[in-house]
Amino acid sequence: MIAVIGEKLLALAKKLGQTYYMTASALAWIFLAPLEKKEIVKQTVRIGVQSLSVTSLTSLFTGMVLALQSGYTSKSLFNEPLYVGSVVGFSLVKELGPVLTAIVVAGRAGAAVTAEIGTMRVTEQIDALYTLGTNPSSYLVIPRYFAFMIALPVLTVFSDFIGILGGFMVSSVKLSVASSVYFDDIFNYMEVKNFMHGFIKSFFFAFIIATVSCYKGLYAQGGAQGVGKATTESVVSSMVLILAIDYFVSALLVAVGIS
Amino acid sequence: MIDIRDLVKNYPPKKVLDGISLTIETGEIFSIMGPSGTGKSTFLKCLIGLNRPDSGEIFLDGRNIAGNLSEKELQEIRKKMGYLFQEGALFDSLCVWENVAFGLKYLTGIAPEKYFDVACEKLKMVGLEKSEYLKISELSGGMKKRVALARAIAPGPSYLLYDEPTTGLDPITGEMVAKLIKEMSEKLKVTSVIVTHDVKLAMEISDKIAFFQGGKIIEIGSPQKIKNSANTVVREFLENCSCQAGDS
Ligand SMILES: Nc1ncnc2c1ncn2[C@@H]1O[C@H](COP(=O)(O)OP(=O)(O)O)[C@@H](O)[C@H]1O
Ligand SMILES: [Mg+2]
Repeated sequence: MIAVIGEKLLALAKKLGQTYYMTASALAWIFLAPLEKKEIVKQTVRIGVQSLSVTSLTSLFTGMVLALQSGYTSKSLFNEPLYVGSVVGFSLVKELGPVLTAIVVAGRAGAAVTAEIGTMRVTEQIDALYTLGTNPSSYLVIPRYFAFMIALPVLTVFSDFIGILGGFMVSSVKLSVASSVYFDDIFNYMEVKNFMHGFIKSFFFAFIIATVSCYKGLYAQGGAQGVGKATTESVVSSMVLILAIDYFVSALLVAVGIS
Repeated sequence: MIDIRDLVKNYPPKKVLDGISLTIETGEIFSIMGPSGTGKSTFLKCLIGLNRPDSGEIFLDGRNIAGNLSEKELQEIRKKMGYLFQEGALFDSLCVWENVAFGLKYLTGIAPEKYFDVACEKLKMVGLEKSEYLKISELSGGMKKRVALARAIAPGPSYLLYDEPTTGLDPITGEMVAKLIKEMSEKLKVTSVIVTHDVKLAMEISDKIAFFQGGKIIEIGSPQKIKNSANTVVREFLENCSCQAGDS
């Protein structure tokens, strides 16, 4: 029993060590080799395009259901739908926009990255990169870090807007809230720091997705089956980490006054 | 010349390379034979720095490359060596000519405008004209091997390392790859190191053969010497393989 726990702990320590090594060497290679600008653009576009439709749908329906729930709750309490725009706006911009977008991107683009790099690992393409004088960090890992760091915040802002629009649709059609009231409820109370709270978090999430998806791919082993396993693990680890880090970063941001 | 002394590599608990010493002369075709899992690929990867040996020395043109090397020194080794992977290891996100030109950027000083021409020239050398724009998924096994060979020779290495160059190919394509290896050796004056369990290939084109078993060399010498070896493992291996090939 204790031996099993010890073994698991050792394995975890090894994984953390490998992750640290990968991230550190990626950081080092940013300065050691010229940036692969073409790759960065290609990956950013790919991640953005891959994820845009799913993140849009997710935030549209999230905005819609937020309006519905808050509208009917306040109707039953106060006989009219009050502050629907505020509830939808704040929930989306500060929390649900960044978190749900990150989770969807982890499932869509993060999984794709792990599968791609994992396949390259088990078919010796990563070794081939080395023999041809190209460092996998600078050719594969760094461009994907940049891509996630660019694409995810953009997707997040886009999701915020779509979600607010979804809430608007429901509140005007189903709850008969005047459009000026809905938007006043958002923009009279919303401050830049509220927006920044969610926006800053999306960079942390992007970092998590890039780290986890590249790491799981680079250290995949054991043929096609191994790549499948790595891909599943990548999505699960990203999601759990996103939700956990979300709490701590939120607390930190609140503590420094960006709430 | 590659001079290897007492090379040891373990993947605990397994001893994969257990004290390998041999010398590969400049210009020769050197084959390494042996059953699967005896560390042949591991050995080849040590030569190009993909694997770090636990102990021992590898002198590449007089310089020991087995220790801790800086990135710059590793890059110098890679410039000297081309590696042909068992399954080709072609980049499937790139087309044929982009694959061939891949090593030019970091291993040579060739101007980027000339990459395409260089790639075409190398493709011609392996008999693949007019396939510059094909996707990797459109290639047959034999074509993949040839594209991989073109990619390995493109930066102009003086050593070519082949991992199982004919495995998984039909006999005719295998024969063609064997001819290409011989041709590369003569035209480009490269030193070739071939890992294989294809007896016919090794006997036909090698100047020297080392037979690996359990991480040790159990026989080394000219093809003739290997053929007449008294070692039972070698004899058995040769007999079984020639039966499968159906001749000699
Ligand atoms: N990265 C690795 N980790 C653990 N074991 C390995 C690794 N690479 C090779 N091995 C083991 O080393 C042995 C020799 O492998 P290899 O050099 O590929 O043999 P060969 O090419 O002669 O068939 C095998 O038993 C294999 O399981
Ligand atoms: Mg092998």
